[in-house]
Amino acid sequence: MGIKVSSLSFSYGGRPVLDDVSLSVPDGTLACVLGPNGVGKTTLFRCILGLERPDRGTVCVNGRDLATLSVVQRAREMAFVPQSHAQPFDYDVLDVVLMSASSRLGPLRSPGRREREAALAALERVGVAELAHRSFSQISGGERQLVLIARAIAQDARSIVMDEPTSALDFGNTARVMGVVRELADDGLAVVASTHQPDLAYLYADVVLALDEGRVRACGAPGEVVTAELLSELYGLDVEVTSLHGDRARACVPVRGLRRRGEKNGVPAGRGADVAAGEDRGGRESLT
Amino acid sequence: MRPAQPGQLRPTPSQQGRPRPGQEPAGQLRLGQEPTGQPRPTRSRLVMVLLALALVAAVLVSLALGRYPISPADAASMIVSRLTGLAGSFTDQQQALFFNVRLPRILLAAVVGASLSAAGAAFQGIFQNPLVSPDFLGASQGAALGACVAILAGATALGVSLSAFVVSMAAVGLVLLVSSRARGNRVLVTVLAGIMVKSLFEAGVSYTKLVADPSNELQAITFWLLGSFNGAKASDLALVAAPVAVGLVGLLAMRWRLNVLTMPDDEALSMGVDAPRVRALAVVFSALVTAASVAVSGLIGWVGLVVPHLARGLVGSDYRALLPTSTLLGATFLLVVDDIARLALTSEIPIGILTSVVGAPFFLWLIVRRGRR
Repeated sequence: MGIKVSSLSFSYGGRPVLDDVSLSVPDGTLACVLGPNGVGKTTLFRCILGLERPDRGTVCVNGRDLATLSVVQRAREMAFVPQSHAQPFDYDVLDVVLMSASSRLGPLRSPGRREREAALAALERVGVAELAHRSFSQISGGERQLVLIARAIAQDARSIVMDEPTSALDFGNTARVMGVVRELADDGLAVVASTHQPDLAYLYADVVLALDEGRVRACGAPGEVVTAELLSELYGLDVEVTSLHGDRARACVPVRGLRRRGEKNGVPAGRGADVAAGEDRGGRESLT
Repeated sequence: MRPAQPGQLRPTPSQQGRPRPGQEPAGQLRLGQEPTGQPRPTRSRLVMVLLALALVAAVLVSLALGRYPISPADAASMIVSRLTGLAGSFTDQQQALFFNVRLPRILLAAVVGASLSAAGAAFQGIFQNPLVSPDFLGASQGAALGACVAILAGATALGVSLSAFVVSMAAVGLVLLVSSRARGNRVLVTVLAGIMVKSLFEAGVSYTKLVADPSNELQAITFWLLGSFNGAKASDLALVAAPVAVGLVGLLAMRWRLNVLTMPDDEALSMGVDAPRVRALAVVFSALVTAASVAVSGLIGWVGLVVPHLARGLVGSDYRALLPTSTLLGATFLLVVDDIARLALTSEIPIGILTSVVGAPFFLWLIVRRGRR
């Protein structure tokens, strides 16, 4: 069933932020949302999570219209992974994961053995079981992000929404987190994540949505969206997209960065010239 | 890829998440936390049992202490005889002193300490701010104005307490009403509304001081504002019993939910906790116990701020352990301080002065110690 956004529009103080946005994320699918800062990615996610009420359009989660669901029902259908952040108070990692049990417990009940086991299993699944009794504030940013993903897993919802899960992470942690996210989709969950890195979206996602000024610029298979033409237009600068590993991956590089140091304009010399003239020129042509 | 090792995933502090208002990613104020060797639940349970025993011991010792000594054995036999009707070996004078003066005062000090500490711990969590104390929504200033006006009107002691309780709840209600009408960050708006309403009620208190008769009313007002358990009566206990019982039981019942409220609202909502509604409920419970406490004891500062931090140092931030620990610790703490207030000098020291003298340096020490480590 997954997440289905149908012609969603939202305005804030008379200024339209989202205009006729549609997106379908079936179970077992990872959708990545691309777009420059301030085009409404966060607003879109807030609408999907039910934190903002759209002016027009609907969001359906697992076949149920979000507008008709209570807070608890929403939490049972859909979990949220925020960007990792500092807390005013410190908790054990296990206690942070346990918080997601709220939607399954009555208003006066505390989590018991079953919830604790589910939390430990979720930590195990993202590969940080050994952190269970560490303090959440003293683990690294990458570990925190994994713990927050574990919290969403422990919430036991069929859909997960992630707000830039890798934006604050280093190269290795980014790969680890995206690997876990990919596995969740492979296990049958519907996952929506925003990212600033088109090459990550291409590598991991099944569906890529390019958002521009609150409108859908393109939405479809990664190969159709992560192209030089579209990215250049989306981010307002020349982007070279190069196919790698038999198009299993694509490198997205701003053209200005390809110039040799000190070179004013034109194609890089030396090895760069070979690359530009050779196989990769061909690769680029197939992508534009 | 190499296998991940602990310590390998370590971005620089500036990379760890986007900073939010009121939350500094590094070097944030987190007081009194010790690394613990034992798993938290076992340790917390031990701490709570020890604190409960300490409270019982403090009550028994306090019952015996005083200008007219009563031995713990006498105290126990008087309670037994009152409950069972059996005769005991003590004088009527002793009995009158014990039941009309000492017992109410000791119980009231413990109840008020427990209430202020529980409300302080709850407020710090639900407003996601470690520097919040139970009166920051105007409960104390409201109670002060209510008491001062009642004193000016020549009300009895009970009337003063009742008026303080009612106006205190009204002040908190006013803050919540304003903040529910305002747009923007709910927590920030509530804090701002609290500051404004507090200042409004403080102006009212100042005016009552100005027009009070300096020979008697002004003295009564000043003494009330300093806070004291001197003159505590059984009727005071009866007055606070219902609101404190409702508030404390309510807070303790929802203590695990308070954990979730320390997360940003968006996260709490997406985990199935209706943050604004649960927070409002917790505020009502906390306001009930605070207003009732302040109404019978006057302004006793610092307890609701310092005790929760001490408790956090003992058992961590998990409200399942923190709230009961804070409650027990607060009861013991205020009881001991009140013993000092009534016994240290020949004349009584207002307890509000003592808690400030003890609390402020202690809090500074906590901050400095945190900075050194």
